[in-house]
Amino acid sequence: MAVTARTTVMNNVEAVRHTLHQALTNDPNTLILGEDVGARGNVFLITKGFLEEFGAARVIDTPLAEACIVGVAVGMAMEGLRPIAEIQFADFIYPAFNQIVGEAAKTRYRSNGDYTCPLVIRTPYGGGVRGALSHSVSIEALFYHVPGLKIAAPSFPADIKGLLTAAIEDPDPVLFLEHKKTYRSVKGEVPDGRYVVPLGKADVKREGEQLSVVSYGLYVHQALDAAARLAEEGISAEVIDLRSIRPMDRTTILQSVRKTHKLLIIHEDHKFGGIGAEIAAMVAEEALFELDAPIRRLCGPDVPAMGYAQTLENAFMISTERMADAMREMVRF
Amino acid sequence: MPTTVVTMPQLGETVTEGTISLWLKKPGDAVEKYEPFVEIATDKVSAELPSPVSGTMRELVAQVGQTVLVGAPIAIIDDGAATTSVPTATQPSDIEGNDARRFSPAVRRLAREHRVDPRTLHGSGAQGRVTANDVVAAAQPKHAPEFADGQTIALTQARRLIAQRMVESKHTIPHAWTMTEIDVTDVWKLRAREKDAFERTHGVKLTLLPFFIRAVAAALTRFPLMNALFTESGIRLNQDVNISVVVGLDGNLLLPVIRNADKLRVAELALATAALAEKARNGTLKADDLAGGTCTVNNTGAYGSVLSAPIIPLKQTAVVTMEAVIKRPIVRGDDDGIAVRSMMNACLSLDHRIVDGIIACSFLADIKASLETADPAGFP
Repeated sequence: MAVTARTTVMNNVEAVRHTLHQALTNDPNTLILGEDVGARGNVFLITKGFLEEFGAARVIDTPLAEACIVGVAVGMAMEGLRPIAEIQFADFIYPAFNQIVGEAAKTRYRSNGDYTCPLVIRTPYGGGVRGALSHSVSIEALFYHVPGLKIAAPSFPADIKGLLTAAIEDPDPVLFLEHKKTYRSVKGEVPDGRYVVPLGKADVKREGEQLSVVSYGLYVHQALDAAARLAEEGISAEVIDLRSIRPMDRTTILQSVRKTHKLLIIHEDHKFGGIGAEIAAMVAEEALFELDAPIRRLCGPDVPAMGYAQTLENAFMISTERMADAMREMVRF
Repeated sequence: MPTTVVTMPQLGETVTEGTISLWLKKPGDAVEKYEPFVEIATDKVSAELPSPVSGTMRELVAQVGQTVLVGAPIAIIDDGAATTSVPTATQPSDIEGNDARRFSPAVRRLAREHRVDPRTLHGSGAQGRVTANDVVAAAQPKHAPEFADGQTIALTQARRLIAQRMVESKHTIPHAWTMTEIDVTDVWKLRAREKDAFERTHGVKLTLLPFFIRAVAAALTRFPLMNALFTESGIRLNQDVNISVVVGLDGNLLLPVIRNADKLRVAELALATAALAEKARNGTLKADDLAGGTCTVNNTGAYGSVLSAPIIPLKQTAVVTMEAVIKRPIVRGDDDGIAVRSMMNACLSLDHRIVDGIIACSFLADIKASLETADPAGFP
């Protein structure tokens, strides 16, 4: 990890823009393709001005065809370019499923190592923004089953820069998830210059003694708020930001559970078969005799989608209060 | 076949668990309703438990020597005769549902590593669950002795409970303390005069204790706030005057209760006290002997103490001590004459949430007056 003395405060969307700009400036093999990334400058204005600065060959507006975006990018990557494909919203990624799972993830294996697929697929995901059925989905569980695919889901500006840089430089495909509710609500210091956070490394955002809370995305911020609130009640909770979903940082999770003996997993994606299921199974396999309480998962409900009505969205999203309640119950157990 | 699950009964107000000391029935044995089928020991009492039903002993859920929480199952009896035991038919599932004695994987592993028996621990978790930290804490002294040389005496169940209650009392009750000096010359003489005859008649020694208990009990009837219990919803006045008498045994401390002590005469109090002390020494005190005390008397003077500041037993307002009787020159009477008198201090610890100094001092003065004007009519 590079240590840089100077930092700049930015929000998450600025961190993405800053990192992409740095990549395009430093490596002529990098390019961006996706819907509205060129003339429009991305729906969140992440790539605004990039078309003018880097030209139409490196900032490519595509048709509304996700299979095409990823398929073309896979070909580019196999032939030595470093494409950064964008799926405008994670909800639209399904047409590209075959290109991601069937092609990108298997390229290295299928070619016996002759070809790699250094491809990044960025996409905003997650709810809590009145995005309703087509602008709220979490997709990580659909893809984390797939060997050969890496998934990152950082939610702090510095982690976004470090992990996006690592993803762009990685020789294999990386699905890069950006929680859209954190885009402008989360600010932080970002190191200037080159900054890399290795893929597959979690981060203990708050140290504690009585309970390990593992989360990622928007909920890391809420879990940290809940933990700070509980500290006033004398409850000491450790909060781990997974940052990378695959590879999963087993070491950090297990170390924490060995200390606190209790594990709470919080994520926005559906509970059934979600990331929490894998973490719980892993801890049960590796550290059953460290557990002093049943593992608990606080997750999105198993309903088909997040409703538009505020009541339905609230029912889907987990409030900081619910997190604090669950944490308190587990510590008292 | 319908079954009845027998659970660990509450053998005293503050008793939370009991240890199986002897099974009187084994699986397959016939059991009559009310027939004792197991002996249970708590830190304070041993008791035989009567069977709630007639039938056949099916399963002994708890082992001899095992400590079981109140309410946890200890045995299952086939309730052969009954055909209407619908509620009991569902009870075996309680065994599954009772979590307090099921230990988490971490607790089991830590207990094994630290050689701690988790069944002997008091859980700090929800519903008394023993947590991993409880095991680590219990194992602590072995790893970090507080002094370089010398041995660590393991806490017995009784010692641990005494410690817990002392701490709880000191933490929750704001203790205030006062003392008075009582001239017991006359009552001391009365006792000396009567003691041989008393022992011949009743078979027990006559001491100053029953006189003192009588004075305290009488004072409690006149100062009901001293015979009360502090609760958040209000001060509860006890209807009865039940005196707990402190009996110290080897490593244990028992408070058997003389019920309605205010209704008893000195001789009756002497007999009751002697009987309770005997049962305490034999370990035959029953739960009823220990429950319901409303005020405590401690004869600290028996060991030569002249002043003590006792801790108030939980659920009581006051504890009174009688200190050693000592002959001293005393200035007395209107003529300021000096006389050798038998003097005794009485110390009072009180719950300052309930009573203030005026009542407390008046209460002690009442005891003093009773004893200084020893009423021969109150004896035997």
